Amino acid sequence: MATLKDIQRKIGAVKKTQKITKAMNMVAASRLRGAQQKMEAFRPYANKFAEVLGSLAERIEADEEHAPPLLVPRTEVKTIDLVLMTSDRGLCGSFNTNLIAHAERFLKEKADQGIEVRLICMGRKGRDYFRRRKYKILSEHIGIVGAKFGFNIAVNVGRSLIDGFLSGEFDEAHMLFSEFVSMARQAPTVKQLLPITSVEKAEEAQKAEDVGYIAEHICEPPAEELMAEMLPKQVYVQIFRGLLETSTSEHAARMQAMDNATNNCKEMITSLTLVYNKARQAAITAELMDIVGGAEALKG
Amino acid sequence: MAGNIRLEVVTPDKSVVSDEAQTVVAPGAYGEFGVLPGHTSFLTTLKIGMLRYKDKTGSERIVFVSGGFAEVLPDKVTILAESAERRRDIDVERARAALRRAEERLAEARKREDLDFNRAQAALQRALARVKVAEAQRAG
Repeated sequence: MATLKDIQRKIGAVKKTQKITKAMNMVAASRLRGAQQKMEAFRPYANKFAEVLGSLAERIEADEEHAPPLLVPRTEVKTIDLVLMTSDRGLCGSFNTNLIAHAERFLKEKADQGIEVRLICMGRKGRDYFRRRKYKILSEHIGIVGAKFGFNIAVNVGRSLIDGFLSGEFDEAHMLFSEFVSMARQAPTVKQLLPITSVEKAEEAQKAEDVGYIAEHICEPPAEELMAEMLPKQVYVQIFRGLLETSTSEHAARMQAMDNATNNCKEMITSLTLVYNKARQAAITAELMDIVGGAEALKG
Repeated sequence: MAGNIRLEVVTPDKSVVSDEAQTVVAPGAYGEFGVLPGHTSFLTTLKIGMLRYKDKTGSERIVFVSGGFAEVLPDKVTILAESAERRRDIDVERARAALRRAEERLAEARKREDLDFNRAQAALQRALARVKVAEAQRAG
């Protein structure tokens, strides 16, 4: 059985751990607020963008022949680029594990169909995992997710994707990110970036609000050219949103994990204190017995 | 005049301007255009450059915009830009330094194959426009 001293030392250690997890929880909470504010700030842009792009898409839909190449699905898909977003740092529960497991499933599914998948890793955890397993990693971007990043990051990644797509290096691009559903739930989600598919959907969401309002616009490069100008931006917007969502998710996951850890520490301290008190009591009782025994012996 | 125009300049990071304006002058892709209240609704892309507007007290304000497009409605102008900065938020020294760097990069790109000439040129344009906006402050 552990001595009193040992138990005391253990309690001290757990208390220190608790202090750390509590501090990490608070840091994550404040970062989470920042990340959520950023998402909030991005929303007006994203909404307006979807609205304008949707109405443009509606106007030039008629002519399938000359559709912009970014919208045309390839008949044969041989290579896919996957943008994998994970966090740079650990201690955030199953956050990265979930994302990586999802990526593994995606890779396996595509491999079974005979499609080659190339990875673009945003975030250290995903990169490390797939580098250890010798996957083909096209490029990596560390120090972005969970930190401060600007729209230009999304533009850079998006631009190289678009260049690769147009030159025929790959046939589809997907993005795997963590959708911030709620504080308690972050869902790994795959979204197709190229060819662009989500234009019409954005339109449907907006349509109810302003019917035919935009359709009367004069377009100053013609609608087709405007569209061609805006489509790449759609990709940037998607990537940026993915980054924002993943960052927010990371902080939420870490907050949750650290909250659990703090609670576990508390529980452990309670039970250790109980053990300590019992041991102390036992020691006192034993000592008392000794004294009483000794006294009895003297008397006799 | 038939009231004011609502001017919104939005970037992915934040809403830069949300103001009432009497007139707006924006750097359209096909040339600079002015907007007064009651303008026909139209949609255009913007060049990198200076967006000017008169706020409701009549004083002129200048905003740097890059990589954006504008939606004009009779009573509202919405600018979506990849980046935008109000004149007073621009650090003149930093803008000048950026301009110098962009010039060097462009000179380099001209000589070497591996550097992206177009990108360097775009960077230079941005830096130049930013400095112009910042300098406008000194003039008035």
